[in-house]
Amino acid sequence: MRLAEAWRVALDALRANRLRSGLTMLGVVIGVAAVVVLVAIGTGAKQEVESEVEGLGSNLLLVVPGQVSFGQAPTVSPMNLSDVDVVTRLAGGRDRVAPTVSSGEQVRAGTISRFSNVLGVTESTPRVFVRTLAHGTYLTRSDVDTGRRVAVLGYAVAQALFGDRDPVGQQMDVAGVRFRVVGVFTRLGQSLGVDRDDEVHIPITAAQRLLGTSRVDGLAVKATDQSELGPLGARIVAALGKRHPGTQFSAVTQDQILGVLGKILGVLTGVLAAIAGISLLVGGVGVSNIMLVSVRERTREIGLRKAVGARPRDIVVQFLIEAVLLTAIGGLTGIGLGIGGALLVAALSPVPAAVTWWAVALAFGVSAGVGILFGVVPAQRAGRLDPVVALRTE
Amino acid sequence: MYRMEGLEVPALRGVTLTVARGDYLAIAGPSGSGKSTLMHLLGGLDRPTTGQLSIDGRDVTQLSATDLAQLRNRTIGFVFQSFHLLPRTSAVDNVGMPLVYAGVRAAVRRERATEMLDRVGLAHRLSHRPNQLSGGEQQRVAIARALVTAPSLLLADEPTGNLDSATGADVLALLESLNESSGVAVVLVTHDHEVAARARRQIRMRDGLVVADSVVVADAAQVGGP
Repeated sequence: MRLAEAWRVALDALRANRLRSGLTMLGVVIGVAAVVVLVAIGTGAKQEVESEVEGLGSNLLLVVPGQVSFGQAPTVSPMNLSDVDVVTRLAGGRDRVAPTVSSGEQVRAGTISRFSNVLGVTESTPRVFVRTLAHGTYLTRSDVDTGRRVAVLGYAVAQALFGDRDPVGQQMDVAGVRFRVVGVFTRLGQSLGVDRDDEVHIPITAAQRLLGTSRVDGLAVKATDQSELGPLGARIVAALGKRHPGTQFSAVTQDQILGVLGKILGVLTGVLAAIAGISLLVGGVGVSNIMLVSVRERTREIGLRKAVGARPRDIVVQFLIEAVLLTAIGGLTGIGLGIGGALLVAALSPVPAAVTWWAVALAFGVSAGVGILFGVVPAQRAGRLDPVVALRTE
Repeated sequence: MYRMEGLEVPALRGVTLTVARGDYLAIAGPSGSGKSTLMHLLGGLDRPTTGQLSIDGRDVTQLSATDLAQLRNRTIGFVFQSFHLLPRTSAVDNVGMPLVYAGVRAAVRRERATEMLDRVGLAHRLSHRPNQLSGGEQQRVAIARALVTAPSLLLADEPTGNLDSATGADVLALLESLNESSGVAVVLVTHDHEVAARARRQIRMRDGLVVADSVVVADAAQVGGP
């Protein structure tokens, strides 16, 4: 039998049972769409984290106490401002070091108040990280040295407290202490559901007084070039270790952060894909099931075809094509739905989604493969039917 | 030549039979007599467990399922009591179906199927589906399908069983005229004595045995054998 004929017969058979074919396909559609969407979300999250870490600035070292690994409780930092001075000397200038102490605090302007992330920083922060202002000015060196009560607001904080008014020059309270707004950051947006615009920068000296502490949570150091990162990090860790015996310090690069995050998100994507794969498998079992029904239902037809000269192979091919058609049409529909769904997720929710062609190709390949895999048993059963018995079936 | 000798199976215990080209033969007998089994064997749908069966000079016991399928396709046509037409499929496509397995192109299939339907008097029913045809018409479509590959043997299993007597007689007359004009051997399997009586040769079976084999004058209306 010509293959074109087998395709036509298979299509006719599917068309003859539209509802059943449609429902069977639905299993595959959902499976494939799930694979495409979930892999897109995993990939999107990974891309976003990568662009974010890269967007922090270039040649950065993040110095924190403790071993850097995920799932470890943050340790209370033993570092203080004199440690920052030591690091500043090693790094080659105040502009290259951005120390931070942070705390969640109540901020208020007039009757509006909210809970925001308050960061005690120095004037070098926008030079180490990439941060730009929409209005006003950033903190100055004299603000930091004198512990002046001035604040630079993230976009979200400025919106919440001042609405459409320009906050620069306005008064506000941070943890019950009066501050004057000197600048507003440009909008950063959300990433992974975290609002990056929900922060208030104040001089680190003012922050330490406000929080009643002398600690510094961590520092970021900008190296002159990429090759400096390793040696500089080692020198900083050694110097801090000497000053605080018994505490381990870590200096991590962006590449290291990316490596760890990438691994985590890779596993996440894999798990999501596996879950979606299971639903695709279930869809495949559905195809197998319906093909068995189809073979049983058309026993007489098979008997007749055999009587007039269909070889066992012809029958097997006919039913295999039918199964593959079911999954291929279902797979294509699923890909369409999956891409649409991923775009919708990306557009309407904070969850990022990036459709990857390998996931689309894989999902389609798997669904067609599932068709063959799960079509083989019913098709072979059809091929082996005894024509005499088959013709006698009512 | 269609021959089966010394068959010893539960259904058939000792049948020696040769069907020659152009024969018009009826196999008659009560149900359970083995006539259907004999027909399945003659049609290459079954293989004998013991004994010999050669169709067109080829020993059926030596053929694979694939070879047997090709043999059926080229040399045998089947007509069944319940027609066995594909539903939702036009008369032309039903008739052309065996040609699909002969590897004939669609256009040629259509041409030959149309020609065949014309020969059975259904030139005006080409695109009708089985449920739009009367029983007699359906059986004609089935006959056209059986003959479209120009086989040398046509096996008809109770071809009039589902038809009223007038329609049945028409169908038999059609088979007879095709037997005359194209030289295809026709083997009727029937339990109806009147139908069997129309054949030139009658085989009567009982309990897996041929109990009578008589050649009668083609037009004789009498029943042969005991």
